[in-house]
Amino acid sequence: MSTHDITVTINGAATSASVESRRSLADFLRHDVGLVGTHIGCEQGACGACTVLIGGRSVRSCIMFAVQADGAEIQTVESLAPGAEMHPLQEAFRRHQGLQCGFCTPGMLLRSLELINDNPNLTAEEAREGISSNMCRCTGYQYIVDAVLDAAAEMRAEEG
Amino acid sequence: MKSPPFEYHRAGSATEAAALLGELGFDARILAGGQSLIPLMNLRLAAPGFLVDITHAPDLAGIGANGAGLHVGAAARQRTVELHAETLAAAPVLADAISNAGQVPVRHQGTVVGSIAHADPSAEMPAAFKAQGGTVTAQGAGGTREISSEDFFEGYFTTALEEGELVTGVTVDAWPSGTGHGFLEFSVTKESWPIALAAVMVHVDAGTIDRASVVLGGVAEVPLRRPEAEAILVGSAPGAEVFAGAAEAAAAGIEPLSDSFGSGAYRKKLARVLTRRALTTAAERAGGAT
Ligand SMILES: Cc1cc2nc3c(=O)[nH]c(=O)nc-3n(C[C@H](O)[C@H](O)[C@H](O)COP(=O)(O)OP(=O)(O)OC[C@H]3O[C@@H](n4cnc5c(N)ncnc54)[C@H](O)[C@@H]3O)c2cc1C
Ligand code: FES
Ligand code: FES
Repeated sequence: MSTHDITVTINGAATSASVESRRSLADFLRHDVGLVGTHIGCEQGACGACTVLIGGRSVRSCIMFAVQADGAEIQTVESLAPGAEMHPLQEAFRRHQGLQCGFCTPGMLLRSLELINDNPNLTAEEAREGISSNMCRCTGYQYIVDAVLDAAAEMRAEEG
Repeated sequence: MKSPPFEYHRAGSATEAAALLGELGFDARILAGGQSLIPLMNLRLAAPGFLVDITHAPDLAGIGANGAGLHVGAAARQRTVELHAETLAAAPVLADAISNAGQVPVRHQGTVVGSIAHADPSAEMPAAFKAQGGTVTAQGAGGTREISSEDFFEGYFTTALEEGELVTGVTVDAWPSGTGHGFLEFSVTKESWPIALAAVMVHVDAGTIDRASVVLGGVAEVPLRRPEAEAILVGSAPGAEVFAGAAEAAAAGIEPLSDSFGSGAYRKKLARVLTRRALTTAAERAGGAT
């Protein structure tokens, strides 16, 4: 066992902490920082519920140790709607019923955000293949694809 | 579950990583992308006492091609290598292999060298590396040495690395122009683990195949070279009959294991079909008639 001082940026705020080597990034975010939007499903990398963005790139926070993230810029689902207003992606998920139980939703939202940032004009096929990294046991995926495409269109319009 | 406790060390360079491995002894392991090791630790199937993180070592991060081939450093992430222009030019079979291996978020973290060092016999990257051929550079406290891709894979999750050595990088050998590659796997979804795969390369000169490489994955304890298939290809003109014969030879004599994804007999059949189709694609890419 060893303990390490790390400094990370979480949703724009610099955070320093002392973590045990075996602390997963997911547990660090949930238990040490109190950001419980990041969900934990399988804890073995398979489901994507724990997805966060590091430097804008999606990773599984359950199979990364917090100490590995030292120096990283981390974005969690909480960053999408810091105030009272929902992010266009969240609005689109609501409108299209892109969630039921909501367990996969934080991961789905962040993976979708990455996909739209990479390609604001993504096709249904690209959205479908893109979110195949994340499991949803409720929606059957179709409504999520609809929501991602609609959000992309809205975000394009906003960008103007 | 959560990982068992361990002591974390961060290496700032390859030399420091080798020194740490030497110092910490048999219970130390390299931590690269962690995408195989950490699931195994969370499942309590692995419980190393010490981890040496190499992903912060700048001298291990490089990717670059020269006349001899493509060099991939041990800290280079799969997704970075997959999308790198030099990979696509110098080792397209590796790019294809990576794009079939796990989900994009897993590839953001996982390293190419980590997959090769892990040596899962059904994994994509070891098979592609062996098919194109190349060299593993290993470094230990005593210095560095090179191991051919032919000799690196020794068995299930077992390589020619000695205790105290890490892989600092791999070089994938360049093939001359007129080469085509084929990489095909059969899996439940594109990104899930292959049930069986074929990675092939052919070089065509004046309408005749003068060099061929056929490697199968998921059918034996290592990525398996098929010399009998290669012998049928070399000296022949590319064509459906030759490819069918070579595919037959590739599948002959293998005895894959059965599991919940497919029986041994099914894998054997897949090996034949995938080899034939991969060869057809490779020959088209090489510019030969098919
Ligand atoms: C959900 C999921 C799906 C996946 N699907 C696939 C798939 O379809 N196909 C596939 O091939 N893989 C798949 N993987 C595994 C993934 O490709 C891993 O990234 C890869 O196997 C290991 O690379 P890594 O950098 O993550 O290594 P790590 O997990 O850090 O290390 C793996 C092992 O190799 C050793 N090691 C790593 N680097 C070195 C080095 N430089 N020198 C010496 N030893 C080293 C470690 O000590 C450890 O024993 C999947 C993983 C997950 C979580
Ligand atoms: S909880 Fe991390 S991938 Fe399932
Ligand atoms: S909404 Fe329930 S798992 Fe996706």
